[in-house]
Amino acid sequence: MTTFTRGFHGRRRGEDDRLPPGQYLAEDFPVLSAGPTPHVPLDRWEFTIDTEAGQTHRWTWQELTALPYEEPVVDIHCVTSWSKLGTTWRGVSLDVLFEDVESTADYALVYSYGGYTTNLPLDDLMDGKAWIAYRYDGEDLTPSHGGPARLLVPHLYFWKSAKWVHGIRLLTEDWPGFWETAGYHNYGDPWREQRYADD
Amino acid sequence: MQADYLDGNALAGPLAEIFAADVSAAVSRCAACGQTGPVASLRVYDRAPGLVARCPGCEEVVLRLVRSPDSAWLDLRGAVTLRIPLRDGTGPGGQR
Ligand SMILES: [Zn+2]
Repeated sequence: MTTFTRGFHGRRRGEDDRLPPGQYLAEDFPVLSAGPTPHVPLDRWEFTIDTEAGQTHRWTWQELTALPYEEPVVDIHCVTSWSKLGTTWRGVSLDVLFEDVESTADYALVYSYGGYTTNLPLDDLMDGKAWIAYRYDGEDLTPSHGGPARLLVPHLYFWKSAKWVHGIRLLTEDWPGFWETAGYHNYGDPWREQRYADD
Repeated sequence: MQADYLDGNALAGPLAEIFAADVSAAVSRCAACGQTGPVASLRVYDRAPGLVARCPGCEEVVLRLVRSPDSAWLDLRGAVTLRIPLRDGTGPGGQR
């Protein structure tokens, strides 16, 4: 296991430095959802990576949670303007899951139980920037926060951190997801305030 | 348990900005299952970056509405039709 901390760089940065433009600090953890909460039994849960060549890599719940995990501490930023600093997670780095995946794709479409999708460049999932997270704040991730497992990609607005994650499809062409087809920004960098399509 | 959605009347205000007619009184047909019913009976998830209205029959998305500072984004892919009640008038086929 690897444990490390992000968001704290030796000296603890001031809260103001860590708040992207247009965001306010939330003390609680608001629950956002575009539909009913899926309840997936762990013995039927699986995570898949589908490559552009048609290969499928699969992990059961037992297989996923047996992999080396990390415990990132990260700031998260919701497009509805709340941010939460120093949130603690446990999850498997996408670098671990992609170790044996052969792909030249540039794009990823993340899909969830319940039908949600979101897209991002594959590079944004690699190099220690993204996890499949299954614990939050020392507890199993609850269904309302996306449990049993969600994508965690904290450098983008939090709608990219798909709750109830089911898999990732690798694509040679970009395929906009649920909010990206309804007026939200295709990339969603909170530091450049990329909220809506034309931002 | 408290419902995590509102009924379709929650769409009346946000849609009034776009449509002259009261759309919550319209009848929609779900593109996924074909169920027909008043827009007011849709299940509206509003604790989200936009409004997501789902069919009470199959839970598929019927309508989505995102409001940015200068635009409204309306997605009606999940609705085959919206039947909007209007006052007596002339149809596309000519005069009545
Ligand atoms: Zn339906």
